[in-house]
Amino acid sequence: MPRIGVFVCHCGSNIAATVDCAGVAEATRGFPGVVHAADFKYLCAETGQNLIRDAIAEHRLNRVVVASCSPRMHEPTFRKAVAQAGLNPYLMEMANIREHCSWVHADRQVATAKATEIIRMVVAKVARNEPLTAKQVGLTKRLLVIGGGIAGIQAALDVANAGYQVTLVERTPTIGGKMAMLDKTFPTLDCSACILTPRMVELSQHPNIELRTYAEVLSVKGFVGNFEVEILQKARKVNHLTCTGCGTCWQKCPEKNVPSEFDVGMGRRTASYIPFPQAVPNKPVSDTANCRSVRHLAAKERGEKLMECRVCEKLCPTKSIDWEQKDEIIVDRFGAIIVANGYDTFDHSVYGEYGYGKYPDVITGLQLERLMNASGPTKGEVVRPSDGKHPHSVVFLACVGSRDDKVGRPYCSKICCMYTAKHALMLKEHDPNIQTYVFYLDIRAAGRGYEEFVRRVQEEYGSTYIRGRVSWIYPQDGKLIIKGEDTLLGRPVEVEADLVVLATGITAASGAVDLMQTIGISYDTYGFINEMHPKLRPVETNTDGVYLAGCASGPKDIPDSVSQASAAAVKVCGLFSQDYLTTDPMTSVVDQMKCVGCFLCEEVCPFRAVERETLRGGKVVARINESVCKGCGLCVAACRGEALNLKGFTDQQLLAQVTALLRA
Amino acid sequence: MTSEFEPRIVGFLCNWCSYAGADLAGTSRTSYAPNIRIIRVPCSGRVDPLFIAKAFQEGADGVMVLGCHPGDCHYVEGNYHARRRFAVMHRLLDYLGVDKGRVMLEWVSASEGARFARVVNEFTDQVRQLGPAKRPVHSF
Ligand SMILES: Cc1cc2nc3c(=O)[nH]c(=O)nc-3n(C[C@H](O)[C@H](O)[C@H](O)COP(=O)(O)OP(=O)(O)OC[C@H]3O[C@@H](n4cnc5c(N)ncnc54)[C@H](O)[C@@H]3O)c2cc1C
Ligand code: SF4
Ligand code: SF4
Ligand code: FES
Repeated sequence: MPRIGVFVCHCGSNIAATVDCAGVAEATRGFPGVVHAADFKYLCAETGQNLIRDAIAEHRLNRVVVASCSPRMHEPTFRKAVAQAGLNPYLMEMANIREHCSWVHADRQVATAKATEIIRMVVAKVARNEPLTAKQVGLTKRLLVIGGGIAGIQAALDVANAGYQVTLVERTPTIGGKMAMLDKTFPTLDCSACILTPRMVELSQHPNIELRTYAEVLSVKGFVGNFEVEILQKARKVNHLTCTGCGTCWQKCPEKNVPSEFDVGMGRRTASYIPFPQAVPNKPVSDTANCRSVRHLAAKERGEKLMECRVCEKLCPTKSIDWEQKDEIIVDRFGAIIVANGYDTFDHSVYGEYGYGKYPDVITGLQLERLMNASGPTKGEVVRPSDGKHPHSVVFLACVGSRDDKVGRPYCSKICCMYTAKHALMLKEHDPNIQTYVFYLDIRAAGRGYEEFVRRVQEEYGSTYIRGRVSWIYPQDGKLIIKGEDTLLGRPVEVEADLVVLATGITAASGAVDLMQTIGISYDTYGFINEMHPKLRPVETNTDGVYLAGCASGPKDIPDSVSQASAAAVKVCGLFSQDYLTTDPMTSVVDQMKCVGCFLCEEVCPFRAVERETLRGGKVVARINESVCKGCGLCVAACRGEALNLKGFTDQQLLAQVTALLRA
Repeated sequence: MTSEFEPRIVGFLCNWCSYAGADLAGTSRTSYAPNIRIIRVPCSGRVDPLFIAKAFQEGADGVMVLGCHPGDCHYVEGNYHARRRFAVMHRLLDYLGVDKGRVMLEWVSASEGARFARVVNEFTDQVRQLGPAKRPVHSF
């Protein structure tokens, strides 16, 4: 039998001015289950809490209603108060008679009557409350980082330095990401490799970090503290345990004509390769699509003939070439995941007016980075891909695939204005006779030293900035003609160039959506991860225990990517500093007798908390993983068989509120 | 006669946005029609059409369901489910013989105290115009 105590707070005069608190308390004495009622000036004060605690003991109360302010304000306070008196904290409910009553109604009679009804509803609810207990679950203090760009590297190092184990999974043969491809970085023009490669080496040698390059995440199961992850380790055909990275195989490999991904097609690589000289790990993979020996083996299986090569196998001094090596699936457990899968650049071949990506001398900013780089395909000589000649006039186009609804990219890519200015400056440093022109829409250079940098490029480095979009590029007599409009002067312009550089915008990394779905986190229409809260929880995803860093959640420069990575690392360290995770007991529960196995609940649950369980008779029913369930109740409302209920907000509790109000 | 009639209105408010919006109306002392009685639910997607049907059976004149704006639901997509269910709800109300004007699904954020008051006033007026609801003919 419920023995309910009702406590009506005056909140000084905040409630008492419009509500007759003593009268209300008196009225509640007649409500079903109420055995005690009192009013008091300040219930949240220590004296008020004592009043409640004493009454619980004196009147053997097993349910409490505190009629005062919003539960969003003081629910924790009063739960704690009743718990101190030995009552389960979830047997206390609050009736909001301040925000929802005394503060919004001036008429004392109306407000008093309303307060009484509000309490009547809550009394009916609390009579049906059940004791609930928060559960504790252990956690695996190991972090998985997905993506080995600067964001992933920074996050991995920070967490590893805090003393926790980290596994970093990178899908290409090396870590470093896009930053490794850059020549210099704005606005300070530090050499990108010089600041990045020491970090890469530090990571690979860190005792707390396991590095898995040439690997991908296949599946993620479980929940915060306890994720089970399948990782695909792609076959490298090279045994990295014995390989010393001497370089024999990639120097001798006769298959030399594979377009280099790292050089964005500006250079060539061999089939057995490391992407660039400072790659980490500094050991090769043999790319099976191009390796002659692998192709030979495959042809043999199909009964075809193809010349065998095996050059590397013969020459490798450590006998590390292993044609039998197969893809491998590793299953591992982690407590948290940081997603840092970065970005790709916009594919400009959709732009017919820029030649559908077919003019060899129309290149992208990333390609120019490779051409400018001293260890790039041209050893730092900026030359035209078509004829290897030095350009004299170079035109830059900003916002290619950014701020353009026509190609489904309405957003600003944030970094292109800056990297274009950087390129214009650096070309001048390479060759003072080069003329540079920049077509732009607006200059977006918000950042410390950024605006000054762009100014310097225009004023000191004589770059001509023209405001307006380019309407057409076409080749003529070995040059490119760029037609556009100068929107400041309001007249058409035409520029002749030897080389055109497109500042292609930032898009989600290829495969991003698949990855997000595999992990079970939410993403926007462009494939960038959605933050849990864009302002207050910017490095958390909507799945507990999964964090984000870098361009995975949208365009960012290096400083922002690194800051985010360190922020995500702190979140992970905070999580790992606990020995148990306490789960909210207000979760949904299945009555497996009533469950018909329709799994409508599974369909609606935004958090993948619904699991399937096979009963002894073979019937498959739903089970709620209480550590994952966030207690939204979507599944409960979706369940047609009334097999589901939400603890703390059960059908019975809510309907009792309706009835108590309307039957009075 | 209609001017004397005070409708009984039940409001299901999601904890994260609309309930907080109603709190804000209070903190800002924005007064509104006193007819609404608020039931706190975790999310608008928790509201079962059955609750609404039950409210009318017990004698409610109007029922409001208020949740976060699309895209803002604390549980990502609860309000989308609420919206879909509400469309189905309309058919159920037809069956029960309840005027569609007696139910409302709206989005009120935690920062929209004034809007909360306005929405409640408008709905209260609307239901007052419709007069007292007849108890549904069919049981449910
Ligand atoms: C032309 C150009 C010039 C730039 N210049 C500058 C500059 O001067 N200064 C500056 O501050 N910023 C500059 N930037 C921006 C800079 O590149 C980014 O801020 C930075 O690289 C973001 O790092 P990241 O780790 O988030 O992403 P990335 O560098 O893209 O790294 C992501 C990593 O994740 C890996 N990955 C992707 N998907 C998966 C998967 N499913 N599984 C496993 N691994 C995966 C990728 O292979 C990659 O290694 C420039 C960008 C461009 C395009
Ligand atoms: S087998 Fe031949 S083609 Fe293949 S990696 Fe070795 S050397 Fe290169
Ligand atoms: S209450 Fe919400 S989070 Fe929990 S199982 Fe149901 S739908 Fe999923
Ligand atoms: S939490 Fe407000 S509608 Fe879902």
